[in-house]
Amino acid sequence: MFANFDIDFIIFGIMPYAALTILVVGSIARYDRDQFTWKSSSSQLLRRKQLIWGSILFHVGIITVFFGHLVGLFTPVWVLDAIGVPYWVKQWMAVLIGGPAGIAALIGATILLHRRLADSRIRMTSSWADIIIMVLIWWQLVIGLLTITQTLQHMDGAEMVRFMTWSQSIVSWNLNAWAMVVDVHWLYKLHIFLGLIITALFPFTRLVHMVSGFAAPFRYLLRPGYQLVRSRRQKPLPKRAAPKATPAE
Amino acid sequence: MRIRAQIGMVLNLDKCIGCHTCSVTCKNVWTSRDGVEYAWFNNVETKPGTGYPTDWENQKRWKGGWERTKAGKLQPKQGSKWRILSNIFANPSMPEIDDYYEPFDFDYDHLKSAPEMEAFPTARPRSKITGERIEKIEKGPNWEEILGGEFSKRSEDYNFEGIQKEIYGEYENTFMMYLPRLCEHCLNPACASSCPSGAIYKREEDGIVLIDQEKCRGWRMCVSGCPYKKIYYNWESGKSEKCTLCYPRIESGNPTVCSETCVGRIRYLGVMLYDADKIEDAANMENEQDLYDAQLGVFLDPRDPVVIETARADGIPEDWIKAAQESPIWKMAMEWKVAFPLHPEYRTLPMVWYIPPLSPIQNAAEAGAIGTDGGMPDVKNLRIPVKYLANMLTAGDEEPVVHALERMLAMRSYMRTKTIEGVIDEAIAARVGLSGRVIEDMYKIMALADYEDRFVIPTTHREQVEEAYDLRGGCGFTDTNGCGGGSTKGSLFGGSKRPLKMPTEAM
Repeated sequence: MFANFDIDFIIFGIMPYAALTILVVGSIARYDRDQFTWKSSSSQLLRRKQLIWGSILFHVGIITVFFGHLVGLFTPVWVLDAIGVPYWVKQWMAVLIGGPAGIAALIGATILLHRRLADSRIRMTSSWADIIIMVLIWWQLVIGLLTITQTLQHMDGAEMVRFMTWSQSIVSWNLNAWAMVVDVHWLYKLHIFLGLIITALFPFTRLVHMVSGFAAPFRYLLRPGYQLVRSRRQKPLPKRAAPKATPAE
Repeated sequence: MRIRAQIGMVLNLDKCIGCHTCSVTCKNVWTSRDGVEYAWFNNVETKPGTGYPTDWENQKRWKGGWERTKAGKLQPKQGSKWRILSNIFANPSMPEIDDYYEPFDFDYDHLKSAPEMEAFPTARPRSKITGERIEKIEKGPNWEEILGGEFSKRSEDYNFEGIQKEIYGEYENTFMMYLPRLCEHCLNPACASSCPSGAIYKREEDGIVLIDQEKCRGWRMCVSGCPYKKIYYNWESGKSEKCTLCYPRIESGNPTVCSETCVGRIRYLGVMLYDADKIEDAANMENEQDLYDAQLGVFLDPRDPVVIETARADGIPEDWIKAAQESPIWKMAMEWKVAFPLHPEYRTLPMVWYIPPLSPIQNAAEAGAIGTDGGMPDVKNLRIPVKYLANMLTAGDEEPVVHALERMLAMRSYMRTKTIEGVIDEAIAARVGLSGRVIEDMYKIMALADYEDRFVIPTTHREQVEEAYDLRGGCGFTDTNGCGGGSTKGSLFGGSKRPLKMPTEAM
């Protein structure tokens, strides 16, 4: 099984587990030990210019792409077969939805990256992690979009099914998963590699706000009413009988 | 009826001299940190003016507070929960730091380190955000101090609504007043309601509104949600911060720092009992001018036996009920009706109230016509237009403001007659619907304002809700992150990382 200790095995066979472990353990540790640092790190207060368009384009685009990958990669192949979606249809959906969303995200990321580097207020208040993660995401978007040029050359969806099988093998502890992606074009490989790097960096950067962002709608919409009142009481007040006396006028 | 207690504040604007001691002491205690240099939990504005942050009262622009929808529902002016969530990537109604001011410091060091030069060295300003030179300071924390700047800009003041304001730009007709502002610790806080993370909460026992720094995720909806613009985003920590009503002091029965240090003795702190079940209806009155009365209707008479009985059942400690009975806030807001909420039309039911200021009689001729027989000038002749005050305090309803100003004039007149002529003139009191005894009580509390009369603050009864034994050896107040001081003694999954090494012998 471990016959081939080549770079592909390390990146596509071992690294996913390392990255996911760092993601999960690191995030739990940060949330538990230092929740004060768990935040979106918004810089809107310091500079509104460029943020409105940049942030909206980037976030809407990247969230679409994120869920596209999640659903696309982790839907079992037999489900596709069962509901009768041909692979080429799914491939086209991925390109037609993911392409524009990726372009929107890239435009947004470019605006935000420019703002972060060129605007002295943002630059001076940025941490190294802020800048590095932004640059990585920018490259990831560029490479991701470039892979479409490869994808368009084989729209039968076979390549896509290999990535699906790979990612599903990873989560089902199949250590031969890496073999699925050994022969794909280097752009795909680079995209996966960078994705795993970003995954591993997640707990150490502002990316953690994604979790809160996905949780916010549930928290907020499920909250009864609007207001929150906190009590120090450890036990609820005893049920009281309605006062007998009539209100004094 | 569900009774809760609230520490309320009243500021007697008639006595505010605009010295900013409140702001400075507050800043020294709470916001002299990176990221909140620009933030003033307490600030004093000169009115008329556009204030800090600029134009804060204009809710068409900032979408602060609440609105009554066409269907008669109460919802944040920013929109429904869905609408607020959709702004999470970029908040269209949030002020930029330049709407407050870019924080700056001066190159003081240059004054002593400069080489010998032709001219005296100067200390030039530098941004506290970027550290870069600021060539020209465009704005500061109190930019319109004592009517600084041109009238055309200052007159964009929202409180000029419905007033022919041009004449107040003329030197002869100009007027001004001070408005110290802090968090209103509202009964219906719009900041808390717009927080997607649920980090902002109101404390049941004293009504103080706080932000849980651990739970805040920096979505910044509260910054725009608060119509008073009293939530500040800390750009360094990425969390929102606000006035805490100095809760560690309040809990131990001490007044807030701003109140304690107020040299004009204009600030009052006391307990108000209110009916939590009435809040929603009171905030949702159809007519904005009914909101002031509606809020009065939320407060409960602490001497009413039914209220006392219910308050006890609701877990309000005995000394809090007693404090509510002696509350200066109750007297000024409810008994004498001289204190008013700031902008009740925001529908947040604010709990920092204001006594409107008297001002000189508008023209000399009328001033000369005033006798010393206790005849009172018409408050319509006061230099500060009543409509202006009403726009600020009663959503434009002049009648309650006139009523309050008349009572304050009557108090002066009555006491002047008493101390100078030695005559008790009950007629003056009767004219404003009071008795001489009440006026003397007003005088004691509003004019003399002894410490014990200004601050009637019961201590928090932690012993009733906490097991003190569990808290032994606790870490007291900390700067978030539990008791951690940066170093970790235990391992992540419990247990001790390394046995503690103690010196085996003492020297």
